[in-house]
Order: sequence, then C-alpha cells, then structure tokens
Amino acid sequence: MGTYILRRLLQMIPVIIGATFLIFTLVYALPGEPWEGRCGERPCPDSYIAKFKTEYNLDKPLLVQYALYLGKLVRGDLGTNFYGNTVVSELAVRYPTTITLAAIAVTVTIVIGISAGILSGIKRGSWIDSLVTVSTLVVISIPIFVIGSLAQFTVLKLDLNDYIPVTASAGTFHQLILPGFVLGSLSVAYVARLTRSNLAENLRADYVRTAKAKGLTRARTINVHTLRNSMIPVITFIGYDIGNLMGGAIVTERIFNINGIGGFIFNAINTSDGVSVVGAVTVLVLIYLLMNLIVDVLYGVLDPRISHD
Amino acid sequence: MTDHRPTEAVEAVDAVDGITGDDVLVADQTGAALPAAGGDGEPVRTLWSDAWREMRHRPLFWVALALILLVVTMAAFPSLFTARDPLYCQLSDSRLPPSAEHIFGTDTQGCDVYARTIYGARASVLVGVFTTLVCTLIGGFIGTVSAFYGGFLDTLLSRVGEIFFAIPTLLGGIVILYSLPNEPNSPFLLVVGKVVLALSVLGWPSLARIMRSSVLQVKPHDYVQAARALGASPWRIITSHILPNAVAPVTVVATINLGVYIAVEATLSFLGIGLQPPAISWGIAISEASGIGYITAAPHMLLFPSLFLSLTVLAFIMLGEVVRDALDPKLR
Repeated sequence: MGTYILRRLLQMIPVIIGATFLIFTLVYALPGEPWEGRCGERPCPDSYIAKFKTEYNLDKPLLVQYALYLGKLVRGDLGTNFYGNTVVSELAVRYPTTITLAAIAVTVTIVIGISAGILSGIKRGSWIDSLVTVSTLVVISIPIFVIGSLAQFTVLKLDLNDYIPVTASAGTFHQLILPGFVLGSLSVAYVARLTRSNLAENLRADYVRTAKAKGLTRARTINVHTLRNSMIPVITFIGYDIGNLMGGAIVTERIFNINGIGGFIFNAINTSDGVSVVGAVTVLVLIYLLMNLIVDVLYGVLDPRISHD
Repeated sequence: MTDHRPTEAVEAVDAVDGITGDDVLVADQTGAALPAAGGDGEPVRTLWSDAWREMRHRPLFWVALALILLVVTMAAFPSLFTARDPLYCQLSDSRLPPSAEHIFGTDTQGCDVYARTIYGARASVLVGVFTTLVCTLIGGFIGTVSAFYGGFLDTLLSRVGEIFFAIPTLLGGIVILYSLPNEPNSPFLLVVGKVVLALSVLGWPSLARIMRSSVLQVKPHDYVQAARALGASPWRIITSHILPNAVAPVTVVATINLGVYIAVEATLSFLGIGLQPPAISWGIAISEASGIGYITAAPHMLLFPSLFLSLTVLAFIMLGEVVRDALDPKLR
C-alpha cells in the first residue's frame, strides 16, 4: 500500500512537469509573437511588449525560460494581465461560485447516475433498462451547450423562471441549481452506464452464483456481494471526471452568465486577454492532475487487490 | 469495459482497469494467420464477417449508417440539398420564423438557417474525419511500435503519451488554439487545420494506449512466434499477423471518438475559439442563437443546427457501439 502510493506520487512528478512544459512551449515558444492577443482588441504598445519580454525572460534559452516560469508557478504567480490585475486575484474572487456549481453537478451525478445505473443493471433487458440505455446515449450525444440552451428554453416556455432561474449572475445557490444539473448531465449518463455495465458483469460472476446457490436472497447478493465492488470504477470515474467538469464549466458558465472561473476564461477569450486565458486554464489543468493523483491513491485504498503489489 | 466515454476520462478509467486486468475487446485469432478453419467448402469465418452477420440484423446499425451517409453527402455536395447561397443574407429578413420560403427560418443577419445548417456539415465532418485519421495513424503507429519492441522505447513512448494525455481536451484545445490565432481572412481549410492539429495533439495518446494493449495481447500467440521463427521481418509480422488481429478495439474507439471530436469542435467554436465567422459551422450558429433573448424570440435559430449536430454525434457513437457489441463475444 505504502509503496503503491509512493510510486504513484513519483510517477506524477514527470507528468506535471511535462504537462506544464507542453503548455509553456505551446504558448510562449511557438513561432509568432506570444504577446499577441494579450492587450484586448488592439495591438500591444511597445512598453507592454518590453515588459512582457522581461517578465517571461523571452531573451533567454527555452529551458531557462521554462525553469523561471515553473518557479513562478510554484510560488502561485500566474502573471498580470494587461489591465494590471493578477490572474490569481481574479481567480480568488470567483472560485467559490465555480466550486458550488461543481458540487451541485457532482451531487446530481452521484444520486441520479448511480441509482439509474443500479436500477437498469439489476433489471437488465427490462423497459427501465432500455429507457436508461437509450436516454443516456441521447444525453451523451447532445453537446453540453445545446443541453444548456434547451434547458433555458424549456424553463422559459413553461414559465417556470420564477422558481428555476435561467441566469445566475449573482451566483447564489438557488440560481446555480439549473446550471448544476446541466453541467452534471453528461456525467450522469456516463455514471449510469458504467454502473450498469459493472453491475451486470459482476452479477454474472462465479461468486454471485455461489452466493445464490447457498440460498442467499437476491437483495443480499446484490447489496453485499456485488454493489461494493461495482462501485470502485464508478467512484474513480467520478474523480477523473472533475477534469471534464471544469471544461464543461466554461461552457455552462457562459450560457448561464455565471461569474465564476469558467465565465472568466470565456470573457478572457473574447476580450483577447491571453494572460488570463493561459493562467486560468493552467490552474484548471493542475487541479485536474491533482484530482487524478488523489483518485489513484483512493483506488489503492478502495480495491484491496492493489494493496499487495 | 463495456462503456465508451470520451477521451481523457474514458482513458483514465481504462488506465485504472489496466491495473486489474485489461478488459479491452480481444479479437478472435481467426485473422490472416489461420486461413480457412473449415476446410470442406465452408466459407472462411473471420472476426469481421462474424461481426457483419451480427450487425446487419440490428436496425440501429442501419439507422446510424444512413445518418452518417446523409451528413457526409451534405458535407461533400451541399448544393444537392439547397440551391440557396448560405452567404446571401438580407438584414431586412432578420430572425423570420420558419415559412415556405425559409423552411428553417432566418438568423439575426437574415441568412437562411436551412442553407447554413446544410453548409455547416462540412466543417464538422472535416474536423471529425481528419482528427480521427491523424489520431488513429499516429496513435496506432506509436501503440504498435511500443508494444512490439517493448523495453526502453515502450517506457519512453508511454511516458510521453501520459503527458499529452494528462491535459483535458477542451482545456488543452483552448490553450493551443489561443496560441494559433486566425486572421479574419484566413482560408477555411487553414482554420479547420488548426482545430484538427489541436485535437490531434491531445487525442493520439488514447488510441495509442488501446493499440498498445491489444498488440500486447496478440503478440504472445503461437502464430506470431512461428512467423518470427520462420524469419519474417518485423514489418511483415506486424502488418500480416499482428495488425489484422489487433485493430478491432481501435476501430471501435476511433468511430466513437469521431463523434466526440465533432462535439468538441462545436464546443470550441461555441466558445469563440475554434472556427470563427465568416466560417459556417454548427457550433458558431448555436453560439449566435444562444442567449436568453434569442432563445425566446427565435428558437428556430437554435433548434435546427443543434438537432443536426446532435444527430451527427449520435450516429457515430451509435455506430461505434453497434460495432463493439458485434465484435465483443462477451456481450453475446
């Protein structure tokens, strides 16, 4: 167990270094002028270019540039945008909203996704199974921005917008409920399908047949012998999915006009505030990598087979 | 692994699965190596002919295929479906509801939504097909080479893949495309090429992983050893013995991913960073149609491009699932 966690931790270091190096090279070392598109909708003034060059050490060799950039990143310095605000301060105001949104989405995923998956996995081949399989396939095929707009449209058509707000500029919990459902919808579909297929596979396992032969009730075979091990991949999936949630949050926050990290990135893209785009996206990538690490470690805890290697 | 999930999250779970034992579909070993199993006049039964036998009875297969054919025809010959010029717009016709003249209505600029929806197929199909091609070729090659030669090369390639893999597609796509800005008059194919490049840079490792694990499963079989003992070159062993028996899982995932890439392209365009006007694309059309005011005033602007986009994505995912069900003997 200890060695497993240690090995995972050590494996993560080159990935983090590699991923940040990749982002750095793509942004600062590609041919062209990296300060382009960082000064709003106009060309950069010479003073800014000079400042930019010194800030990112663009006159030094690539590896030195990268090392200095990594040093800043470790100290939490994501750069200062053209408007003179540090990216960190911009993110600090906005992250509670995004966390609330993500928490609603994850809750929706766990509650609806797992129950739907269990129902259809137990009653494989029944109408409820077909309903879950077909509806999840449809949800998976509809891009999240279409789901979001359709949700707004439905709520407005049914005249329910007094109860279910369709915009969330203030970012209160009540306003974030509909966006949370939209953000979670794709994960709900995946979790339902994953739960279903794992459950169905485990229900065919030999030890389940043995349990049945011993005369255990169906409820007990399912609850004790299958559910727990069927949940392992589902829980790890939800952990990994946080990375996708953050991508989805950019879209969801744009549709519902939410002033969170996603909305910030969207506005930065459209006002050509490149420092903010790159800084904020880098943070999201790092959070995603960290989540992966936590999930990997958790996996070792959840699955006893891992502990012995 | 009886479930598809788009790129990184999918693969993350696959990676976890790798710990407990790989669950990728294993091809029957009835490919090139064991010709004519039944010698007495019985037709040769290969993995793919079995799959075909299975698939042709599934209505879903035909529905998916018909949808794909329709969209590809639309992308190749849009003028077959509409005589109208998608760039001909009259501001005085802004946001008209569907009528006999404009069957899907008009958008804010007064352009015909039907014509723009038809012409929008091209961008999506191009991005989807080319990204899939590039990812499959690069990923397939790297996966095969690392599994076949193993050792240091395998470790190196796997580690490099892990790094690219660690960046979520949408986030990475934003960073890459932000670094490759377009001029307002950039040619259409260049803009599409940038999106393909961004998605391919991030997409190849998922296919490399799958290819690697299926080649690893085929490699120890006797007929591969026999070919090696007979002095066949690595190239010959790979092309005529390993690949025919190892491509099934990659085919399935590549088909599903094609749909996923189309969805990601639309998402990037929706965010204003993939394709940009004046290019015509479903993502741009949906982006222009969303917003509370438009949704209530002109829902047709949102509905039709959304419907076409979703059906296209659905068709590829459905096709991939049907093929997987047909290839995976465990589900029968």
